[in-house]
Amino acid sequence: MFVIYCPYCEEHREEEEFHASGQAHLARPLDPDNCTDKEWGDFLYFRKNPRGLHQELWQHTAGCRKFFNITRDTVSYKILETYKVGESPKVNLEDASHG
Amino acid sequence: MVNFVKGRFVQNYRLPSGGRINRNKVLTFRYNNRYYKGYEGDTLASALLANGVDIVGRSFKYSRARGIMCAGVEEPNAIMQVGATEATQIPNVRATEQSLYDGLVCSSVKGFPSVRFDFMSLVGRVAGGAMGPGFYYKTFMFPAFMWETYEKFIRKAAGLGRSSRERDPDTYDHMHQHVDVMVVGGGASGLMAALSAARAGARVIIADEQSEMGGALLHHYKEIDNMPALDWVQQVCDELDANENVQRFTRSVVTGLHDHNFLTINERRTHHLGDAAPQGMTRERIHKVRASSVVLATGAHERPLVFGNNDLPGCMQCSAVSQYIRRYAVMPGTSLVVMTANDSGYQCAFDWFDVGREVVAIVDTRANPDGDVFVQAKERGIEVITGSAVIEARGGERVRKAVVAAINDKGTFVTGEPTELLCDTIASSGGWSPAVHLSCHTGSRPVWNDDIFGFVPGETPENNIAAGRVSGAQTLSDCLREGIKAGADAAASCATLHGQASSDSLSTPKVVDVKQGAAMAMYLVPHTKTPTRAPKQFVDMQNDVTAAALQVSTREGFESIEHVKRYTAMGFGTDQGKTGNVNGMAIVAKTLGQTIAQTGTTVFRPNYTPVTFGAVAGSNKGALFDPKRFTPMHKWHVEHGAKFENVGQWKRAWYFPREGERMQDTLNRECVATRASVGILDASTLGKIDIQGKDAREFLGRVYTNAWAKLEPGRCRYGLMCGEDGMVMDDGVTSCLAENHFLMTTTTGGAASVLSWLELYHQTEWPEMDVYFNSVTDHWATMTISGPNSRALLAKVCSDIDLDKDAFKFMDWRAGTVAGAPARVYRISFTGELSYEINVPAHYGLHVWEALFEHGREFDLTPYGTESMHVLRAEKGFVIVGQDTDGSITPIDMDHAWAVANNKPFSYIGKRGMAREDCLRPNRKQLVGLETVDPNTVLPEGAQAVRNPAQSIPMTMVGHVTSSYYSANVGRSIAMAVIRDGLNRMGESVFFPLADGSVVEAKICNTNWVDPDGARHKS
Repeated sequence: MFVIYCPYCEEHREEEEFHASGQAHLARPLDPDNCTDKEWGDFLYFRKNPRGLHQELWQHTAGCRKFFNITRDTVSYKILETYKVGESPKVNLEDASHG
Repeated sequence: MVNFVKGRFVQNYRLPSGGRINRNKVLTFRYNNRYYKGYEGDTLASALLANGVDIVGRSFKYSRARGIMCAGVEEPNAIMQVGATEATQIPNVRATEQSLYDGLVCSSVKGFPSVRFDFMSLVGRVAGGAMGPGFYYKTFMFPAFMWETYEKFIRKAAGLGRSSRERDPDTYDHMHQHVDVMVVGGGASGLMAALSAARAGARVIIADEQSEMGGALLHHYKEIDNMPALDWVQQVCDELDANENVQRFTRSVVTGLHDHNFLTINERRTHHLGDAAPQGMTRERIHKVRASSVVLATGAHERPLVFGNNDLPGCMQCSAVSQYIRRYAVMPGTSLVVMTANDSGYQCAFDWFDVGREVVAIVDTRANPDGDVFVQAKERGIEVITGSAVIEARGGERVRKAVVAAINDKGTFVTGEPTELLCDTIASSGGWSPAVHLSCHTGSRPVWNDDIFGFVPGETPENNIAAGRVSGAQTLSDCLREGIKAGADAAASCATLHGQASSDSLSTPKVVDVKQGAAMAMYLVPHTKTPTRAPKQFVDMQNDVTAAALQVSTREGFESIEHVKRYTAMGFGTDQGKTGNVNGMAIVAKTLGQTIAQTGTTVFRPNYTPVTFGAVAGSNKGALFDPKRFTPMHKWHVEHGAKFENVGQWKRAWYFPREGERMQDTLNRECVATRASVGILDASTLGKIDIQGKDAREFLGRVYTNAWAKLEPGRCRYGLMCGEDGMVMDDGVTSCLAENHFLMTTTTGGAASVLSWLELYHQTEWPEMDVYFNSVTDHWATMTISGPNSRALLAKVCSDIDLDKDAFKFMDWRAGTVAGAPARVYRISFTGELSYEINVPAHYGLHVWEALFEHGREFDLTPYGTESMHVLRAEKGFVIVGQDTDGSITPIDMDHAWAVANNKPFSYIGKRGMAREDCLRPNRKQLVGLETVDPNTVLPEGAQAVRNPAQSIPMTMVGHVTSSYYSANVGRSIAMAVIRDGLNRMGESVFFPLADGSVVEAKICNTNWVDPDGARHKS
């Protein structure tokens, strides 16, 4: 059971209020019709499954209903940061995983 | 022996004085159908021992007699079935943790048919030598179909406890707690931690599994601050209780330490009071604690040594012997031999000796013990045999002799001639295993510590602080000191107290530590024979895992400790190997030529001790198990005899049977009445999403497959929603309320997920769009009147809407007043008949519904439920997303090309997905109608279609039935199915081989059985 800081509500709340929505920063291709089947397949189905730091999209479903991002360690389950959609993460995955 | 209670069953083994028991309160209890007496303050285990009961169970595999070995949570043998009535049965209760109460009824869970005579023990004796590790795997594997038979026999013979067949009369609940510092364990370290955190101003919870605080101080009498240790404990508890920021829980096991410092405490509130909880009290409570920091002061479990026949009743942990004597005034036997590899084992010999009983000898595996206790033993005149070990216990069903032999200084082989000592109790101590379990629950691995020959907690993700015995502290003063520091550090690290933690530090209470001699690493005691030939040397009592079995399994190639665990079942019991695991790891390590650190531990997972289902469920049962949602007209449905079905959390009226009707009779009547005159459906559960904003229209165009640019206010349109993969996800009618204002309806089950879907795309992909969503599902009561007389009926209750068929056309909506209530009326149809969907604010729902019935009498207004709705829509070939689709159906597959607008400028969700190669290939499964050759045969939904029923099994399946009904209106059975290339195979036959061996033939047809030209809904 996580305790998660909602960057919109600006409060720590129990995981029960949230819903995980998978990998963060998946941009929908701007011109889907000109994507190859492979490109579209990658967008549709291929996801990271890292051991270590991962950026995830969550929704505060039982709260403000806003989507936001989490940088989370999939081994320790520690949440390093939460940030709004459109903002950039402060934790650099490359640096953190090597440091 | 002194008898205190006259009568047949006397407490022969109770000491005349001492113990933390109330001798003025005699309690009677029943064990295996015989009555015994004990005292208030006893555990079930101490009361059994006081009565001289030394066999409390039969072992799992070999059915050997087993006695009480420990005095606390780690007990592997004394596992009881407790409960005076069928309804109050609790399986697998540790007798060492069950407080005695008057009238307690219990029995051994092991042993079938009885513990004293057990026919499985014959199997054990005859086949014992052959029952190696993996015995059950190897023996009962073939033939595979027999497993279910074997399993029943094995389970019964193994005799694990059973749960009640009746409803539990007790209630249970959960509480949420938020604290700065959670202290696990109420021994010397835990008490100090709680006190120092509390003095620093922190909100604190301290929990301990025992009936009172004190931990080892409860039986290990020492002086603290110049007062008896228990007076000191009381003083600390008094201060904690006086502090409003502190909660102190006893009989409360911290069962799990989960992510982000979330802990679960299982508080046994009434197990000591009686068979069922007193009126108004919950039996157990789960505290769900969120803590800023956690102090683990969980102590350590004493590790018995592994030697031949070490499972004979009378073989015990040294510390358990002390506990029974000091805390309960019970002698576990009459003459004692102690075997120890460290100084702590001496204490039980002193306790035994000091109450005037015979200590035969202390057998010390160390050649030259040099601690203070060695001198103290000599002073008492107790014989200490150094450099030796008890290599084997002898006796039938109780220890009679200890076989002692000299060993080499590494403890690896026997060097001297074995001699026998007469005794009935052998207490052993191989050292202490810190209770690291909770520290491992969040993924941390414990670390081997060579100073104490045990694993100590590793670094945890939340930097939980270990203090006292669990961290490897060896002396009481170290435990106290670590506790104080841990409590202060925990308080200081709390964000809520940042910079405000008081500096009022505690000084370490004064205790006198004795000089300790170095301990010896000792796990498996050598025998003159090898483990496979020596008498059984048990590592895990509950699962009958022996040293030989561990060696055999490593020889058979199981080298990882996790594999060894699963092959031998070591540590799998309800005790989770609290006494045996480290011994087992040591034996495996030695066999593999590794260190214990290299071998490592198995993973400790929650829960630390078994938790009852009642506690897990709490109050989430019965009506509170899951929320129920009712429509505003629910009461009417109940009063009119409706049968209900669950649709998600909704209770929807399923059908309205009349007296004497079978279900099919009801459906026939409802469906015919609707098409003949007018029927009414409660459709309030449909998801409703209010969408506003200047980009609302453009947004609809992006999430639906069809066009929305030209939908005018006052008009409605059916919309089809796909995922990015092009598969149908939801559908519903959306109405234009005003230029920038729409009302979307979704399927009942899709309401929440569609709203999230819309939010997802708005917030993450198109945040620049000006659009807002809100669920209004519960705001509106929705009733659909359908049938040729629906206009005439509506006219009776609505005078301010022009109902003329050209003024209020099909797919129009109008605002007005229905039965005096403000209403939105949508002229849409899910039956193919002339139909109006009347929406009024929810609290007017019942009133309007009743008004319609009042005026509907002359039209034979017929209520129908979801089942008739399904039949009526199938007669028109209307799909239900989630029933006729399954996430692999595109709009084209279900023949809805008319709802796909590929000329929209924006590449709407689903467009690219539908254009994938696989979605365009021929021979996809397509939605078609089916008519069985025999019109009275109704195909089962889910039946698989084949083109040729004569082919051999496995047949090539070409699709399946998605919807199937008997239609009274059509006068035959009708079905919908997805069939490969179905749309191109109209009129062809497909076959459905059913489970009963019959084959049903059906012809592919289109799905429009009623009014194919669509004249009625436009009439």
